[in-house]
Amino acid sequence: MKFKIYRYNPDTDTVPYMQDYDLDIEVNGKMLLDAILLLKEQDDSLSVRKSCREGVCGSDAMNINGRNGLACTTPLASLKEPVVLRPLPGLPVIRDLIVDMTQFFKQYHSIKPYLINNDPPPETERLQSPEQRAHLNGLYECILCGCCTTACPSFWWNPDKFVGPAGLLQAYRFIADTRDQATSERLDDLEDPYRLFRCHTIMNCVDVCPKELNPTEAIGNIKDMMVKRLV
Amino acid sequence: MVNRVVVGAHYGLRDWLIQRISAVVMAVYSLFMAVYLLMQPRLDYDVWTELFSSLVMRTFTLLFLMCLFYHAWIGMRSIVMDYVKPAGLRLAIHVLVILASLLYTIWSVQILWGM
Repeated sequence: MKFKIYRYNPDTDTVPYMQDYDLDIEVNGKMLLDAILLLKEQDDSLSVRKSCREGVCGSDAMNINGRNGLACTTPLASLKEPVVLRPLPGLPVIRDLIVDMTQFFKQYHSIKPYLINNDPPPETERLQSPEQRAHLNGLYECILCGCCTTACPSFWWNPDKFVGPAGLLQAYRFIADTRDQATSERLDDLEDPYRLFRCHTIMNCVDVCPKELNPTEAIGNIKDMMVKRLV
Repeated sequence: MVNRVVVGAHYGLRDWLIQRISAVVMAVYSLFMAVYLLMQPRLDYDVWTELFSSLVMRTFTLLFLMCLFYHAWIGMRSIVMDYVKPAGLRLAIHVLVILASLLYTIWSVQILWGM
């Protein structure tokens, strides 16, 4: 199987380049990450992040044949040759397929991704009804791999100002949580031409999410709540 | 540079809402115009002046044009926010677009009520 992989080592390379690889591998039942690890056995200078190898940790997000995804959950058989692998777009490259996610996590932290509840801690858990809990489905599953945010043109242009789909999905995860008491402050914080309204419903985020979540819908729900608050 | 606390500017919702509402007005007007023009067997000066002789049509057209200008202003601002970074140049473009929109609105009134 033929691969074309983005290579860049800041210590030795002045510019990035694409390197060709050929791998003898049985594609059926194998994931892209299996192939990358075999390639790394051939050439140990090839750098990639990975951890759980089953789509839970979100470490091995990369641009696969022009589309962001997780190498560990992408079947080799589904890929057209040559398989072109590049780092996630829109973030600084540290080396080869590894990007610097600082900006991504800065935006994530800016939405206060934790429960804000000023009541004294109860003896037991803070309970929710099954219906209330159901509102969190499709929100809490995000693994912060960065596929959606780095596929978003609005994030490419304004990574320092636009929260991005992953951050906004998490913002709505806490807005939708009945145990959270900071809904109004959260909406205030997001009411901004950049932070929220840079989203122009391009929906690349929905297209690429490896967990099949829908950040665009969450962003729409935040806007709905702002409109309800206004009128 | 001072490490600013990231917080919302507390505007943006109204613009977003106005862009959606103005889009609906423009869609209704465009649809009406398309149907009207298709239903005319012959379109000449008399038919055209008769259509615009009524106050309702003039007002509806002015409403459409004002929606168009406001919609365009929000869209233009979005483009400038993405691509023009120096604050002075950005402000200058914003002022130009606003002034042009106001000018076009006045001009539209002159045209519609001068027919």
